[in-house]
Amino acid sequence: MMQAVIQRVFLGIVLILGVIVLNFFLLQAAPGDVVDAMLAEAGGGDPELAARLRQSYGLDQPVYIQLIKYLGQVCIGDLGYSFYYDEPVATLILSHLPTTLMLTLSALILAVLFGTLFGVYAAIKPKGFFSNFVTVFSLFGYATPVFWLGMIVLLVFALYLPWFPAFGIRSIPEPDHPFDRALDIIHHLVLPTFTLAVLFLANYSRISRASMLDVLGADYIRTARTKGLSEPKVILKHALKNASLPVVTLAGLQLAQVFSGAVLVETVFSLPGVGPLLYESIVRRDFPVILGVLFGAATTTIVANIITDLVYKWMDPRIQSIT
Amino acid sequence: MTDIKSKDQNPFFSLEEIDSEREVKWRETLRLFCANRPALFGFLFIIVFIFVGIFGSILVPADPFEMVAVPLTSPGVGTLFGSDYLGRDVFVGIVHGTKATMIIATTATLVTVFIGITVGALAGYYGGIIDNILMRITEFFQVLPPLVFAMVIVAVFSSDILVVILAIAVTTWTTEARLTRAEFLKIKEQDYVTASRAIGDRDRRIIARIILPNAMPPIIIAITLRVGITIIYEAALSFLGLTDPDIITWGKMIGQSRDYFFDAWWTVTFPGVAILLIVLCIALIGDGLNDALNPKLRGR
Repeated sequence: MMQAVIQRVFLGIVLILGVIVLNFFLLQAAPGDVVDAMLAEAGGGDPELAARLRQSYGLDQPVYIQLIKYLGQVCIGDLGYSFYYDEPVATLILSHLPTTLMLTLSALILAVLFGTLFGVYAAIKPKGFFSNFVTVFSLFGYATPVFWLGMIVLLVFALYLPWFPAFGIRSIPEPDHPFDRALDIIHHLVLPTFTLAVLFLANYSRISRASMLDVLGADYIRTARTKGLSEPKVILKHALKNASLPVVTLAGLQLAQVFSGAVLVETVFSLPGVGPLLYESIVRRDFPVILGVLFGAATTTIVANIITDLVYKWMDPRIQSIT
Repeated sequence: MTDIKSKDQNPFFSLEEIDSEREVKWRETLRLFCANRPALFGFLFIIVFIFVGIFGSILVPADPFEMVAVPLTSPGVGTLFGSDYLGRDVFVGIVHGTKATMIIATTATLVTVFIGITVGALAGYYGGIIDNILMRITEFFQVLPPLVFAMVIVAVFSSDILVVILAIAVTTWTTEARLTRAEFLKIKEQDYVTASRAIGDRDRRIIARIILPNAMPPIIIAITLRVGITIIYEAALSFLGLTDPDIITWGKMIGQSRDYFFDAWWTVTFPGVAILLIVLCIALIGDGLNDALNPKLRGR
């Protein structure tokens, strides 16, 4: 077990180094460099000044030396500097991260929880109404663009039925009491979380229904039943655990997709998360921020994948190594 | 040589025999598919969409970029689906957008599938160090959030239609690669592959002519579903305004109406319904193929 963990972490570190190298070359390919950005912010400058600045930033050195320097910088948490925001990229991303994490994690947890529940309930009565509902629901979940769903949800639950706020994450002015403030944020997050969760939920309920049907046909379930165990006990103690494995794996693997969805949902609901930061930086061609977001998202996914692997191993001791 | 009918018992049978056996299987699949009402309905509807995509600009010759009505006119007699913030006809936009949406989605799917199958086939067939390297590369691409990575590619290079197609392909091929690899790993142990190797077939022939055709059923289902995912993916990039500004697509119509949709629900609703419908039909076809290719798993 310990060896597997070390191996997995080592692979994760290699992947992160790979992302840094990719980032470096994308930064090289991007039009303009730090000096251009600085001069543009300062309102222009002569070529001589530009050349001197490039020299002082080491931009006249060979590519491989720049790459090594860049690797070193990123490893100590320096992702570059945004001249538009006049802030280090790392600080910028960290200040936008809480919203995105809150949205992504709550959507993912809701999707896994209710997806498994729906799927299991549908599998118990495979010919019932609810089972058909899961089938149709998962079809729509596959076919609906998340950003469009967000807009429709806004139209219905913020405009025609004004139950929820339409934009942002805080009311203006903010309530005084900390408890009210937390409630206010939750109130703002209901619609975006619902939008993001419902599509993944549709997918997971289909998967968990299929896997539950598989498990319910297995020998050990028949054994459990012939032993005289009550039906709820069979389902909850024996079947559920095995049937939820594929959903957990999928949720871990899909974290990158959920993050992509969060970028769109945040843009639709104007939440101050990483999504709008990325979008606005692309419009402004602020490359250090753009690549910083890519790095941050990839690193989060790598860490989450390692955690999922370990959870999976803990849930299913039969699996010795996952590569 | 008493029994050469079963390939399980005797590996020395001709390639024609596998081919004809496969043909019988495909015919059975087609029959099962046509018996599936929703799948058939989806298929017919897709044909309507393709028809609109090809002949749309002839049937509705109006210019989708032209101002034809008062901005934000609600749906009615003059403008069937209303007009957007620049007074452009939403219906004309949807009809004209069909073509671009379909061309980008199919091309991007082809490129995605080509990369995925190539990587998966090489990894699965050769195994060992090649497999190891290719799978590490696949893992690398899997941890980059697809939409974010595609946004970065488009920002760094350009929003040219070719770059967009490549960005979609580069960020999504891993699913097909993993699937193809798994199929290859299963099939390469079969007797007929060993037999083909024994009579001296070269690797290229074994991969392309012997294993790949037998690995196709699950891959075809994946490709079908991929088309739908690509349509939504392209729509998302267009929605963010990252695709070619001169080409009208459904996603772009939704994105451009972002600041106005509280006053004009029709500007976002109708293009979105178009996306929803076409992808829903693709999902129905995918389900139909799944049932037809795996009759045992029906109803799952």
